[in-house]
Amino acid sequence: MANDIQAQESEKPVFYLTEDHHPEGSTNLGFWLYLMSDCLIFAVLFATHGVLRRNYAAGPSPADLFDLPLVALNTAMLLFSSITYGFAMLQMERNAKAETLFWLAVTGLFGAAFLGLELYEFAHLIHEGAGPTRSAFLSSFFTLVGTHGLHVTFGIIWLITLMVQVSKHGLIPENRRRLMCLSMFWHFLDVVWIGVFSFIYLMGVLG
Amino acid sequence: MSSHPHAPTHEDAATTHHAHSHGHEAGHGSFKGYMIGFGLSIVLTAIPFVLVMGGVFDSKLLTAFLVMAFAVVQIVVHMVYFLHMNPRSEGGWTMMALIFTLVLVAITLAGSLWVMHHLNTNMMPMSPEMMKNVP
Repeated sequence: MANDIQAQESEKPVFYLTEDHHPEGSTNLGFWLYLMSDCLIFAVLFATHGVLRRNYAAGPSPADLFDLPLVALNTAMLLFSSITYGFAMLQMERNAKAETLFWLAVTGLFGAAFLGLELYEFAHLIHEGAGPTRSAFLSSFFTLVGTHGLHVTFGIIWLITLMVQVSKHGLIPENRRRLMCLSMFWHFLDVVWIGVFSFIYLMGVLG
Repeated sequence: MSSHPHAPTHEDAATTHHAHSHGHEAGHGSFKGYMIGFGLSIVLTAIPFVLVMGGVFDSKLLTAFLVMAFAVVQIVVHMVYFLHMNPRSEGGWTMMALIFTLVLVAITLAGSLWVMHHLNTNMMPMSPEMMKNVP
């Protein structure tokens, strides 16, 4: 906020860039940098899983545990939520408040479905005795997938918060900026999930 | 989108406002773009699942390679069509941050796997008796 005000006060800000202007302020770039640091967290968790993925401690292996049709359904939920968020952004472009809220709600429902399926899978695994304490493979699996699920959880909380904000204050510039940030966050989580289903589930079942 | 030269100095407020809406559009893409990205990502998700679940190829190595290749392509598709990455946004700084992050990710992943693989293959196996006598 302070930066915005300062940028507006000084008539000709000096940018050492060839680009002509910075209409959005630095929020987008700053949020992008946050996403990149989040990406590093996931990279470390992926590396840990890569190292530990065959350490079953005489316990169950991915081929015994993972239910690929369920994972495919889960992936579809997240993919659908990505495109519906895209629709919400397009409606925001058109200044259509009700439609934006509708697509945000659909996105939240798909996100909740994703979380529900994931929690069902976790409960099922733990019930079978394949909890995070069973082997190093399962510890790293639960850490990585759980971290992703936690991100989605906070994404949904953020989404609900923004829906309240938009319905109360409308599509004001502040809310547009916030929706833009959540859009990047949401699509970023989908990108991480591509790595999860490819590397953890599919490669895991392959052995 | 915002590559036109500096706007004339008169009607300053109007041009700033104009620039605002342009900036938004540049960040959001179009319906067509989203649908292309969605279609591509459905195909790119379905193929690796079919490859693994259907056991299309006998060679596990080939299947694993294809799964990872499709994942990389799909990540690029998401970056372009959903996250609207391009070399010009924010004066190229988002792209620089992305490249820097990718280098770090590559070092982290490759380094961890490499080092731990060598440890696994080169360490002498320990018996429980030896473990007990470790200081």
